[in-house]
Amino acid sequence: MATASRVLGWLAALGLAGGLAMGFGVAPRETTQGFVQRIMYLHVPTAWVAYLAFGVVFVASIVYLARRTDAADRVAHASAEVGVVFTGLTIAAGSIWGKPTWGTWWTWDARLTSVAVLFVMYLGYLLLRGMIEEPERGARYAAVLGIIAALDVPLVHFSVYWWRTLHQPPSVMKPGAPTMPPVILATLLVNVVAFTLLYLYFVTKRVELLRREQEARLA
Amino acid sequence: MRTKRTKFLAGGVVIAAALAYMIYAGVTQSAVYFVTPSELTQAPVAGKAYRLGGMVVKGSLRWEPRTLDLAFAISDGKATVPVRHKGTPPDLFGEERGAVVEGSWTPDGYFKATTILAKHSEEYKAPHDEGQASPKELMKTLKGPGA
Repeated sequence: MATASRVLGWLAALGLAGGLAMGFGVAPRETTQGFVQRIMYLHVPTAWVAYLAFGVVFVASIVYLARRTDAADRVAHASAEVGVVFTGLTIAAGSIWGKPTWGTWWTWDARLTSVAVLFVMYLGYLLLRGMIEEPERGARYAAVLGIIAALDVPLVHFSVYWWRTLHQPPSVMKPGAPTMPPVILATLLVNVVAFTLLYLYFVTKRVELLRREQEARLA
Repeated sequence: MRTKRTKFLAGGVVIAAALAYMIYAGVTQSAVYFVTPSELTQAPVAGKAYRLGGMVVKGSLRWEPRTLDLAFAISDGKATVPVRHKGTPPDLFGEERGAVVEGSWTPDGYFKATTILAKHSEEYKAPHDEGQASPKELMKTLKGPGA
């Protein structure tokens, strides 16, 4: 476990270094947006990791409710923490991109609103986890909220199709060919892989820490 | 045990219903994020706050940097609305590009914008690629349900 985690950590560090180098050195200056488009190499991977993290919370919470295994609860807890951090990063990076591109830091269109709801719901999830003293009860309540809140993820993704929004529809995660040149796509994918590895690294570390905390409590 | 369970169930239903309502209210409010020129010209209400979205018509853009007077027309292919604004538009704002403007309709027959937002398409281009995203492609991004 410790070696697997270490390997993940190094792979993530390598991927992030490679992604950074590609984002600034290999990917060209996009013609319409210019330099600021490079924020995409952070914004899109963090958004993807947030989707993934809450998807994992959803599955782990169902497993917990069905089997009542502590391991599933720990995975849900760890994944939700990482998901909240990455949702925050997505909003921050998107906001910094939005100011020069759109002309505003924030607007209440369906995409931004549904992401804000997602962020607040999982903050509430972590708050709930912290509030309930009795571990078994806390885990049960958290699992229910974790499942309900995850239903917002498809809403976030499809909001740009279902409603009129200022936010543009996806360029890659959609049916049909990606609407970007191969070099921009490759740079984006390297960063997506790197951030996914970083997510796995954080979650394995956090799960291990939660396990040891529980052991210490029981000892 | 039974009453405790019912209490939890009732509490859960209340929380779920509150959440569902919050999401519903939030979404319906921002669901019609902007109206199209066709929708606005059908029944314009003077003085009412609108968000208007469409393409900036080619050849319609006039900007006076000294007075910051900005004038252009927004179209969805069927109807065109003249817009006036005082200020500096965002960098990506330009002719044959998507834009969303916030403001109100005036009795004088133009839209008085207080905020200009540039809408970006989902297309990215490297410098050696040919040209820009076509207006037709950009137009696609503006079409919501029922548009």
